[in-house]
Amino acid sequence: MKTLLSALALTTALTAPGLAFAKEVTFTTRMANYGGDGAYLAYYVTDASGAYVGSLWMAGAKAKYYKSLSDWYRATGGNAAEVAGITGASVGAGRTLTVSFDLADALFDAGYQLHVDAAVEDMRDSPSEIVVPLTTGGAGQPVAGRGYIASFAYEM
Amino acid sequence: MIRPLHRWAGLGAALILSVTALSGAALSLYPAAGALSAVPLPDISAGHLAATLQDSVPGLEEIRVSAAGGITAYAFQDGTALRWAVDGATGEILAPAKRSALQLWLTNLHRSLFLGDAGRLVVAAASLAMLALTLSGLALTARRLGGWSRLLAPARGPLSRRLHLDLARLGGAALTLSALTGIWLAAGTFGLLPETGLPGFVPGGAAEMSPSAMAALRDLPLADLRQLTFPRPGSAGDVFTLRTVAGTGYVDPASGQMLAWTARGWADRLGDLAMMLHTGRGAALLGLLLGLAALSVPVLGLTGLAQQAGRRTAGAAGRRVRAVAPEAADTILLVGSEGGTTWGFAERLRAALTRAGSRVHVGPMSGFAPERYLRAQRILILAATSGDGDAPGSAQGFLDRVAALGVAPAAPFAVLGFGDSAFPAFCGYADKVRAAARAAGWAELMTPARVDRQSPQDFARWVRALADRLGIELDLLPASAGPEPVRLRLVSRRDYGAEVQAPTAILRFALPRRSLWQRLTGGGFGPFLAGDLLAVLPEGDSRPRYYSLASGSSDGFAEICVRKHPGGLCSGQLMDLAPGDSVAAVLRPNPAFHAGQDEAPLILIGAGTGIGPLAGFARGNRAQRPLHLYFGARAPESDLLFGEDLVEWQKDGRLASVATAFSRTADRAYVQDLLRRDADRVAALVSQGARIMVCGGREMARGVAEALEDILDPAGLAVVRLKAEGRYVEDVY
Repeated sequence: MKTLLSALALTTALTAPGLAFAKEVTFTTRMANYGGDGAYLAYYVTDASGAYVGSLWMAGAKAKYYKSLSDWYRATGGNAAEVAGITGASVGAGRTLTVSFDLADALFDAGYQLHVDAAVEDMRDSPSEIVVPLTTGGAGQPVAGRGYIASFAYEM
Repeated sequence: MIRPLHRWAGLGAALILSVTALSGAALSLYPAAGALSAVPLPDISAGHLAATLQDSVPGLEEIRVSAAGGITAYAFQDGTALRWAVDGATGEILAPAKRSALQLWLTNLHRSLFLGDAGRLVVAAASLAMLALTLSGLALTARRLGGWSRLLAPARGPLSRRLHLDLARLGGAALTLSALTGIWLAAGTFGLLPETGLPGFVPGGAAEMSPSAMAALRDLPLADLRQLTFPRPGSAGDVFTLRTVAGTGYVDPASGQMLAWTARGWADRLGDLAMMLHTGRGAALLGLLLGLAALSVPVLGLTGLAQQAGRRTAGAAGRRVRAVAPEAADTILLVGSEGGTTWGFAERLRAALTRAGSRVHVGPMSGFAPERYLRAQRILILAATSGDGDAPGSAQGFLDRVAALGVAPAAPFAVLGFGDSAFPAFCGYADKVRAAARAAGWAELMTPARVDRQSPQDFARWVRALADRLGIELDLLPASAGPEPVRLRLVSRRDYGAEVQAPTAILRFALPRRSLWQRLTGGGFGPFLAGDLLAVLPEGDSRPRYYSLASGSSDGFAEICVRKHPGGLCSGQLMDLAPGDSVAAVLRPNPAFHAGQDEAPLILIGAGTGIGPLAGFARGNRAQRPLHLYFGARAPESDLLFGEDLVEWQKDGRLASVATAFSRTADRAYVQDLLRRDADRVAALVSQGARIMVCGGREMARGVAEALEDILDPAGLAVVRLKAEGRYVEDVY
């Protein structure tokens, strides 16, 4: 289990008071059989105005490929420090990635959106392949991706 | 230093490199197949293409143009991601663009052995080994062939060595290029090269204009476009993301202007070049050539391994040195060996000297330590030559130590050089050793001698001379490091000479089958040419008797001529063979007595069983090179060996002329009489470049040499000079 004393806690104002009220949230990402190498996935949060708030997870270790996660790259300027310590392996076609976080209550039902950018070597970039509002009611509702991600859901 | 590098890099990386090379060879077919079906890019702008595809491809999101000229359109429609190969001129959708699963599988095997980053590191290390192999191999080739100027000289030796050398010279440059570009690409993957990122994002306006009208796209030739991503509908401020051969930028969908731009740096451009050279994408023909060259890698590995195996067997026997301390030895035997064969000769000499009662210390020339040779009475030096007269591996530093001698050793020295007379610096290092020793005031035990191409006869002759000089008996045993004897089965025999008290036979043996491994390692029996020697091991004696071969392995049999000597053990056993019987034998190369491939006329002179190799030359002369045979026998009706064949070969042009002399007829003529009779013709032939090859007994050879001396003298030619030039060769027994 990863605690969200990570990027969100360090970089955003909203986490400080909210941290006392955190809940465990599990992201389940099932990859489609797209027939390629392992996919890079960037999980990050934007606010109601679409501005970047912070990163939650990066699947994929080589920073040189981060520019293919183009929305995340634009938002962060490609700053690998944004995902330092919250980076794992890329996810193969047909596999499922499950990651758990302690997320601040304040992130839910407040207009925040979770984005997942996806990219695969030699294939088309898929920025914001998943965009879901973080709401208590949305938990457990799978969302289909447009290319590499077959479905995504968060549970708490 | 170079040889161990080559050996260990090769042994260590052979398997991985074979996998990488074979998968790479298979992958090289994809760009080639693509190039065959590719249509040339239309001469339009990137903006024009974008506008065309926007109309023809619903849900268009991205366009990519490959270096090879293929256009792929990416679209998203009804919840499905689509990918099309499209025609650039019409915008027509041609087919779904699919990536072959096999290609993907091969790619992953090729670059990471399915092991992710760890595999990439292994492959990169193997590629470094490949670089080391091609460079050290080049240096070794130059050394073996006698200098950089002889880099393209024909290779010699067993099949494995020739194959290794020829393949490496053919494909080495391509393999170097593949390894170098592969390492560059791997370095890029691991982020070791500076790379230009994307420009900082600048949002664009909302209004739409056609891409064909956009300033940033309308002047960009399609061939320079690599990738164009359209702004996502509904995403405010999103822009066109443009990647070209020159850089990356954002294009405002409202104004059509470039909002931000970063040019590709030198590392990116080098990376593009490395990618093209390595994959053949955009250079399919080069890719195919590299792929073809890659096929040689497993063969190079196997033949290298085979040479290594051969070296082990040869070296293991040679280096098992019985320890006699230098202080206690009466004979010091110093060895300068490059590949290990000289150690084999040293071991046989050591064994013979030891049997004769000597205490022999054997060591490398590099271990020369005269102050320790307290009881030495003689110092024997067996010195091979490396390249252009350089010191072989085990003789490093010897010349310096001799030059630094304050007082020359009291024990006299003798030098025996080993080398290949086909090279300019034949025994060049042995000559240097002798000169240095004499310059140091060191007494010489006996005249130096040379062993040409490991000739057992040359070696035996020098050992005899040594025995004479020392006043002892030296009994050389056959080389233990040589190939295992094989059983040869007699298939037919032709008998002659009974009427003239010289029972003689032409014996024809079947060739034993050789396994692939034996072919590669040069083991087993063959290949051979007429003029090579068959070492027959008679029952009850381990010392071989040498017979000249009257056939080449391409004739499909091994043929020798044998004359029964009164009381002769080996000739007696051979003469008693009936078809189906077999005899133990080993092949001995004798390159000095080969007919060669050139077109110069040959004057072949032989008597008695000496006709054997000469008949072999004639039989193999399908090119109808002018061959003139002078043959001496006793009586035409009794011992004219190959009589019917000679008539046949003369008829079909394999022999230009045949002259026979008979010593037991009324005329009583010898071959030298025939030569004197034909003096003008012989002198004319030699003046035109003819070579002379003599085979037979010592007496005959001497008579022939005297006759030729007289014949050639008026033309200003001397036998001695012809011999020095290799134009007069003898195989005498």
